[in-house]
Amino acid sequence: MAMSQIKEESAPAASAEFESAVSVKNITKNYGDVEALRDMSLEFPRGQLTSLLGPSGCGKTTLLKIIAGLLEPTSGTVEVGGKEVTDPGPDRAFVFQDFALLPWASVIRNVAFGLEMRGVAASEREAIAEKYIKDVGLAGFENAYPHELSGGMRQRVGLARALSVDADVLLMDEPFSAVDEQTRRKFQEDLLALVQNENKTFLFVTHSIEEAVYVSDQIAILLPRPSRVSEIIRPSSFRNKGVDNIRRDPEYLDIVDEIWASLRSYVE
Amino acid sequence: MILFGYRLPGMSSLLVWGLLWEIVGQSGLTFFVPPLSEVTATLFSIIGTAAFQKALFETAYAFLVGVASAILIGIPVGILMGKSRLLDELLLPWVNVFLSAPLTALVPVLMVLFGFGMKSIIITTALFAIWIIILNSRAGVRQINRSLVEMAHSFGASPVDAFFKIYFWAALPEILGGVRIGIIRAVKGVIIGQLLISIVGFGALFELYSANFLMGHFWAVLIVLFALAFTISEFLAYLERRVAYYAAKR
Repeated sequence: MAMSQIKEESAPAASAEFESAVSVKNITKNYGDVEALRDMSLEFPRGQLTSLLGPSGCGKTTLLKIIAGLLEPTSGTVEVGGKEVTDPGPDRAFVFQDFALLPWASVIRNVAFGLEMRGVAASEREAIAEKYIKDVGLAGFENAYPHELSGGMRQRVGLARALSVDADVLLMDEPFSAVDEQTRRKFQEDLLALVQNENKTFLFVTHSIEEAVYVSDQIAILLPRPSRVSEIIRPSSFRNKGVDNIRRDPEYLDIVDEIWASLRSYVE
Repeated sequence: MILFGYRLPGMSSLLVWGLLWEIVGQSGLTFFVPPLSEVTATLFSIIGTAAFQKALFETAYAFLVGVASAILIGIPVGILMGKSRLLDELLLPWVNVFLSAPLTALVPVLMVLFGFGMKSIIITTALFAIWIIILNSRAGVRQINRSLVEMAHSFGASPVDAFFKIYFWAALPEILGGVRIGIIRAVKGVIIGQLLISIVGFGALFELYSANFLMGHFWAVLIVLFALAFTISEFLAYLERRVAYYAAKR
């Protein structure tokens, strides 16, 4: 099987070569009697993009919010940069599925919000915000309001806000699921460039198999009931072949098929 | 509105009703409705008198203090009820009871508790205004997008930051709507207070003029009162329009 081959090739490399930016150790999360996560452990290599992929109800967003410090685990620990964390901190920035922009604030104030909360002076934070607004391709929209922007542009604002606080770890909760297909493809290409150019660790929650395989250095497949990491896949051969060639690379297609084969039985 | 190709300015309908009033008044159909021109003349003649200005001052004072207390207590209580399940469970039944209760019937109780003076009038005014302000502030907070709260938390906002930079702004359209309706109710409250508790201010003037069949004076004071209430209400409606751009898109 192609899948086992991939795993054999990549598994030793993962443990030997990479330093973890985030490590999750024995996380359990219960909501009353419902077990959302059971004894989950996972390593996220520094400077790479790891996807959490799985059917709905597998706890991938719960895990991401625990790492963000927005939810408290019932037991277990999260370490970021070797230090245990329990609350949100400046080492992590979150990109929300529904963008979570302040509708009463202009683009520049939204992008600068994280810096404002850290007490950065107004002129300084606006200069930083302007730079990132330009970086995400929204130059000229600094004084626009969220409702004047398309869904894709709003998520660029959300991304600029997360980038502007210069956190080591970017937590992205299905960031492209609320934008249209063509915008989503452009986002995926831009995300690959971002991972290349920024020295940051990306944690990416998605329910799209193609998206996960396209953007990830490492894919963690989560299965529900009880929620667990069923396997970790590290695509090896197509990452440096250029954005236009990935979708017809045989390994890409094989991995997509294999993941679907293992998830199929969990989809009603 | 556009009529016969002309764009009519706002409130043009008032002209029609004013004209009708004048006709009915001139026809001498009933002593209760003197012509509008006579009412207007009376208005200008009494507006400078000491009695009128004293009444205006007494009414404005009770109204402003009552409304200010209703706003300053109502908004924080409403926001806290929206944020805290416990407070909500404790207070919501009372808020709903008082919102729909005939508050006029409570005025004698207030008189027993707080005496026959300005204090009781102010409390009556505040009681007319506060419930809808609480209820609307609560509704504004409850509809807040959860992910905005998470966003603020994840970027390190303190509880104070979250209150002033997220909750207050997110609830502002509802809060302003509540304050506007509360103020309109407070106008009723202050006049009822002045009629029932102690005969002062505009309430005293209404009492005096209607008892002596001075209908021109009566209508003149009513017009002043309506104009004041309308101006305040329109100012708040203007503030509401200022935040309307995000009210529908939160």
